[in-house]
Amino acid sequence: MRGLLPIRAQLMANDTDPDLSGGMACPIPISDYPTVQLAHGGGGRLSQMLIEEMFVAAFDNPVLAQLHDGAILDIGANRLALSTDSYVVHPLFFPGGDIGSLAVHGTVNDVAMCGARPIALSAGFIIEEGLPMEDLWRIVRSMSDAAHGAGVAVVTGDTKVVDRGKGDGIYINTTGIGVIGDDVEISPHRARPGDVVLLSGAIAVHGITIMSVREGLEFETRLETDSAALHTLTAALLERRGRDVHVLRDPTRGGVASTLNEIAAQAGVGIRLDEEPIPIDEEVRGACEILGFDPLYVANEGKCIAIVAREAADELLQTMRGHPLGARAAIVGEVVEEHPGKVFLRSRIGGLRVVDMLSGEQLPRIC
Amino acid sequence: MRYVDEYRGGEDAGRLLGAIRRTVTKPWVIMEICGGQTHTLIKAGIDRMLPEEITLVHGPGCPVCVTPMRLIDQAIAIARRPEVIFTSFGDMLRVPGSNADLLKVKSEGGDVRIVYSPLDAVKIAHANPGRQVVFFAVGFETTAPANAMAVWRAERAGVENFSVLCSHVLVPPAMEAILGSPDHRVQGFLAAGHVCTVMGYWQYEPIADRHRIPVIVTGFEPLDLIQGTYMAIAALEEGRHGVENQYSRSVTREGNTAAQQLMTEVFETADREWRGIGVIPGSGYRLRESFTAFDASLRFDVADIEATESEECIAGLIMQGIERPSACPAFGTRCTPEKPLGAPMVSSEGACAAYYQYGRS
Repeated sequence: MRGLLPIRAQLMANDTDPDLSGGMACPIPISDYPTVQLAHGGGGRLSQMLIEEMFVAAFDNPVLAQLHDGAILDIGANRLALSTDSYVVHPLFFPGGDIGSLAVHGTVNDVAMCGARPIALSAGFIIEEGLPMEDLWRIVRSMSDAAHGAGVAVVTGDTKVVDRGKGDGIYINTTGIGVIGDDVEISPHRARPGDVVLLSGAIAVHGITIMSVREGLEFETRLETDSAALHTLTAALLERRGRDVHVLRDPTRGGVASTLNEIAAQAGVGIRLDEEPIPIDEEVRGACEILGFDPLYVANEGKCIAIVAREAADELLQTMRGHPLGARAAIVGEVVEEHPGKVFLRSRIGGLRVVDMLSGEQLPRIC
Repeated sequence: MRYVDEYRGGEDAGRLLGAIRRTVTKPWVIMEICGGQTHTLIKAGIDRMLPEEITLVHGPGCPVCVTPMRLIDQAIAIARRPEVIFTSFGDMLRVPGSNADLLKVKSEGGDVRIVYSPLDAVKIAHANPGRQVVFFAVGFETTAPANAMAVWRAERAGVENFSVLCSHVLVPPAMEAILGSPDHRVQGFLAAGHVCTVMGYWQYEPIADRHRIPVIVTGFEPLDLIQGTYMAIAALEEGRHGVENQYSRSVTREGNTAAQQLMTEVFETADREWRGIGVIPGSGYRLRESFTAFDASLRFDVADIEATESEECIAGLIMQGIERPSACPAFGTRCTPEKPLGAPMVSSEGACAAYYQYGRS
């Protein structure tokens, strides 16, 4: 009971009341969006608007206001990270993975990006009537393998079955908790001018893999998703120079560009990227060229961005490269004082441009 | 990556930019025709690397942008019908009609699907004989061959539940219209390399001669655009006019004659309305009489739909190179990608989208 008190204090001690003026007036401009659009979940500006103006406003508390990949809670002498994510990927099975392994890796990574060591997961299944039992078994086994591989236990769960036609085969929600070490202080707000941006490997692999098998857009590649649990990679960084790791994020939906925009906005700093060193595979680049996609906005499921103190950057880069999931890690940019809240990129030919938050998802272009 | 990295190298860019700086002696206004080129220029930051004597203005070559709103409203009306599977290239979905866009129709339950090729739409029609499958056939000469092929195949295979809502436009009449406008300030063109890959460049020779301007057929990579600009500046400084081919790795004078033949078989030239600009004589394609059975505007009786354009949107002036997106009072305030007044703010080839996305104000 004593342990719980500080949490209550943290959660309730908000000085300002939530602004739900006019009783329960909806904060999203209804004239513009009378219904929810797909782009509200696309990871871009509309998602951000929904989260910040509706969810954060309604659930207002200082922990949520951090807008991290997960919540960081002080419980007695311990700090815990708590994170949840729902997985609605289609198709359910794709090269190199499936919705089950993704549901484990994604949440393990969200916990790891808080600087925590993941210890346990919950799993909620929303299953559509008619899903082949064999498919469900494949997904569950895949989750079990992924959890075992990541050293976390699935300790509780929930099952619901919905009418045929009311789900896309299966949706999975996982929630994870982890323990944060003493010297670790990871927060998007800690990015400060002079810091260096490390990226753990080649970008846009997961998004393009899924796109290549999506109905109506199939194209041949040898690509497999990069879905992987990153907690041992982040642990290695924190072990090496924990105090110098300021921000950790996995650039999933919305890609590297959206993630860095969020960090820049939250920390009130600018971020300057270099196009040249950003690792990207030939096949991914080729597919992006054909579809008219900017790979900076395409999803990753096994990559980590670390914003670290400049003096520790080389050492931490070597640490990343020494890990199997960080072999192609690179320094891709820096945090600057100029243009706070914005991300700029220096192109290969030396030009400078803004890397903005996208409005919604990227759509394949005409020609 | 081969065929890409060679055209994005920083050293070569530096050399070509140096050559431009050494060549230019007075102010020049050059228009790049294609919205894909506009995006490369802004994305790679080339506009900021050129000497200040050179002004680049952005042309009408964004097929999404010039599709008249009436057509968008027709598409929306068709897509809302329960028997219809409406197929389209991705970037048409966000283009605002009078009251909605196709993404909104989709969110309301309309069966709107993104395809990458019009032939995929024919496949969908074949697989769904009980439904009407409509493809939104927009684009310049670049997409016309594939769209012609879709109609041609559907006709040969007897896929009767397939039709196209056609809004094809052509570059040369648009260039003539721009040069004929009293407000125009264009002194040289970077012609759209991919249009010329299909059509060749012989059509531009009489335009270049008549108006005594240089027309440089130009590719889409950063180095293509810097080199195309250099060729245009060199011609202007030397007082030369005529057509030159920067994009020779893809374009010949005659173009792709097999594609042209197919287009001629399926389409005929017609007057076409350009959004924000107006009707330009002989500037588009419509289906030939032998293929009108595949005309969705006739099949679904939507020809009478009229549209109301935003009075505030200056897209027409922007696409004629008369104004820049940043000159629009609504830019970035009342017109954003989330709430666009006109198509150039949401198309992947739109000039306003390029300015907004890559931070030009």
